[in-house]
Amino acid sequence: MGAGHTHRLYRHGHSPVHGLPPHTKLAATFAFVVVVVSTPREAMWAFGLYAVLLGAVAHVARVPAGFLLKRLLIEVPFVAFAVLMPFVAEGERVEVLGMSLSVGGLWGAWNVLAKGTLGVAASVLLAATTELRELLLGLQRLKLPPLLVQIASFMIRYGDVITDEMRRMRIARESRGFEARGVRHWGVLAKSAGALFIRSYERGERVHLAMVSRGYAGSMPVIDEVTASRAQWSYALALPCAALVVCLLGWAL
Amino acid sequence: MHVPDGFINAPASAATGVVAAAAIAVSLRGARRELDERTAPLAGLVAAFIFAVQMLNFPVAAGTSGHLLGGALAAILVGPFTGVLCVSVVLLMQGILFADGGLTALGVNITDMAIVTTVVAYAVFRGLVMVLPRGRRSVTVASFVAALLSVPAAAVAFTLLYAVGGTADVSLGKVATAMIGVHVLIGIGEAAITALTVGAVIAVRPDLVHGARGLRQRLKLRVNGELVDVPDAEPVPVAARSHRTMWAVGLVTSLVLAGFVSFYASTSPDGLEKVAADHGIDKKTEQHASSGSPLADYGVKDVDDSRLSGGLAGVIGVGVTVVAGSGVFWAVRRRRTSDASPVSTGV
Amino acid sequence: MTPSLEVAGLAFAYPDGHQALFGVDFSIGRGERVALLGPNGAGKTTLVLHLNGILSGGTGTVHVAGLPVGRQHMAEIRRKVGIVFQDPDDQLFMPSVREDVAFGPASAGLKGPELEERVDRALARVGMAEFKDRPPHHLSFGQRRRVAVATVLAMEPEILVLDEPSSNLDPASRRELADILRSLDVTVLMVTHDLPYALELCPRSLILSDGTIAADGKTAELLADDELMRAHRLELPFGFDPRSVPAAGGRP
Repeated sequence: MGAGHTHRLYRHGHSPVHGLPPHTKLAATFAFVVVVVSTPREAMWAFGLYAVLLGAVAHVARVPAGFLLKRLLIEVPFVAFAVLMPFVAEGERVEVLGMSLSVGGLWGAWNVLAKGTLGVAASVLLAATTELRELLLGLQRLKLPPLLVQIASFMIRYGDVITDEMRRMRIARESRGFEARGVRHWGVLAKSAGALFIRSYERGERVHLAMVSRGYAGSMPVIDEVTASRAQWSYALALPCAALVVCLLGWAL
Repeated sequence: MHVPDGFINAPASAATGVVAAAAIAVSLRGARRELDERTAPLAGLVAAFIFAVQMLNFPVAAGTSGHLLGGALAAILVGPFTGVLCVSVVLLMQGILFADGGLTALGVNITDMAIVTTVVAYAVFRGLVMVLPRGRRSVTVASFVAALLSVPAAAVAFTLLYAVGGTADVSLGKVATAMIGVHVLIGIGEAAITALTVGAVIAVRPDLVHGARGLRQRLKLRVNGELVDVPDAEPVPVAARSHRTMWAVGLVTSLVLAGFVSFYASTSPDGLEKVAADHGIDKKTEQHASSGSPLADYGVKDVDDSRLSGGLAGVIGVGVTVVAGSGVFWAVRRRRTSDASPVSTGV
Repeated sequence: MTPSLEVAGLAFAYPDGHQALFGVDFSIGRGERVALLGPNGAGKTTLVLHLNGILSGGTGTVHVAGLPVGRQHMAEIRRKVGIVFQDPDDQLFMPSVREDVAFGPASAGLKGPELEERVDRALARVGMAEFKDRPPHHLSFGQRRRVAVATVLAMEPEILVLDEPSSNLDPASRRELADILRSLDVTVLMVTHDLPYALELCPRSLILSDGTIAADGKTAELLADDELMRAHRLELPFGFDPRSVPAAGGRP
């Protein structure tokens, strides 16, 4: 993961979506996913409309469809699970192409696939249009405990440093002719992991010293304050509100 | 296994969200006690470590490999509170940055993978360390067992969540068998790697292993050129011994209990299925097991599996008992130590 | 005039019993640039950590601009003593250069345009103004070290303490840093093994050996004293002759 300015999913841009304050985007994404999850699975058309809504957001944010679709691949393990579901689930069965499938299982699979995919797509859109730093500020603004935000921020700052150390250790191992091939080599890998932990922890101690040296006494000074105007809020919340209408229709019809 | 959106229904997701929030709130307070004002940088770095180590692949056999989940490792290395925080932060960031695990399923994921694994692992670990003879080998053994149990415990927790709020009507028995079966295998890998890693850390910096604080070398002072032991701050041994007896009694009790559970489970051929039936979820398992679906194997193996799961239930029974017991214990001891010594942070 | 830094009778043993300092005495006047030389394990880092009160509990005193280092003035002391640690990755812990430089002054309570101005000034002094919004991590090592210096300068310290400032720098970055250090009008204590760098930048040097100050004098003279150097495991690079190099000047 790329720390600091950008991360793997982020796409640099200046669209209206990029420009929204991060906490409004976080809130909107979360609300949207909640609405999607609460929609009855029988209302298949509703999920279609949700997809259209997300498509519209992606269009406004100028995130290309290919980028979005590629990022959806993270869901693959659960697609596999969903595919199995009709075979193992209980209840009434139907014959499809000579296979006995459970009706409940088919619904279950549809449910997980539709909601899971929409959830991932919404998260990907959020991550694609929001810088890491902003995400942290947004979380802070949404009243996540400051200590938790600090931990997250240190994790992001040092994620790369530690991953890089891990990579160097692997290169060092490999240059001495070691290649982990099976269970026999776990000992060596675990020693690396142990060394990595010690390095991480000791770095944590040094970072703490550096912080204390610059006047840290337990709480981070507020350097950036993000604020959102009413217009920005209403703009961001348009997505979950539209989704909510769809959801209510889904329950009513 | 990060649960996506829509897998667990909304009420259950919300409930786990509340559980997760409460646990994180408790952990934040607890972590401050474990690490004082160094919490943010140290927990952040440990979270980064967990994140990195989850990317370290351990080859199993030709072509396949697994990776560490890290809950048990975090609990043993930095303590349960910091451990819960670190793994939760990793999950939070994975959810927001990588869309890995649904946003509404965050509560489920944190409860399952951050809280259950760390708490079970730490409880088992402490219990074993108290009972086993003092020494590095014991710490390694305890780490092994703790990690071994933590993963199926998470699978059990997941199955329970699924029983409460699952959106697909796959029989609970099948979910349990599949989840626990797979996760016992994963648990073995997790256990071996966790134990080896803890062993590696303990060999170099034993002071960094939170779970092995009792094993530190006695400090010496140089007074006029001679080495003198640092005087004891408090008479520890008496207390330690009584703790140890209590731990031993607790563990034996839970083992006996576990024996009962296993016995019960293996005498009734479909122990877990029976549990499922009691919940009114599963009524036709046997019938469908032979209905020619590609996974009918599951059903055919049911009897054998239930014996296995019976044994497992026993193992997990031990885990649960130790968790409950140590929870009480710890609360008591915490109170006692915090009463005894006013906190002094030395910077 | 009160000296910037005054250390008297400082002795310290770590909790594990290892004694690192055995009575350190020295004093640095305002505006001086002094090198603290010494072999590995001489107690240099331990001494540095005493200067802003991160380590304490032994005997002896440290005064910064007349103020005793102790619990009652800790915030003030930490503002006055700016330590630049050896690994800039440890020092730059915030997600962007700007926030990192702002951390110290913001901790001291600065806000808004005043804070912004302080950050800009500190970055300008190390020539890193255009990197303000970059994450520290995407900078080169030399740039990171310069930003690390800026993070400390932003606190407008009385004394700048640099731990091995030249380590891991390529010759160009090394020279750039030297130029920056020379251009600053603060008191500098530079802890280093890099004897030519000490000679280049610091007119005066202290040699810390076995936890005490073994020598205190003009850098050029100390480095030219072969016996002294050998006695304290200090070695000049091959072919380097301190007598052939013009010694560092004082303040311009």
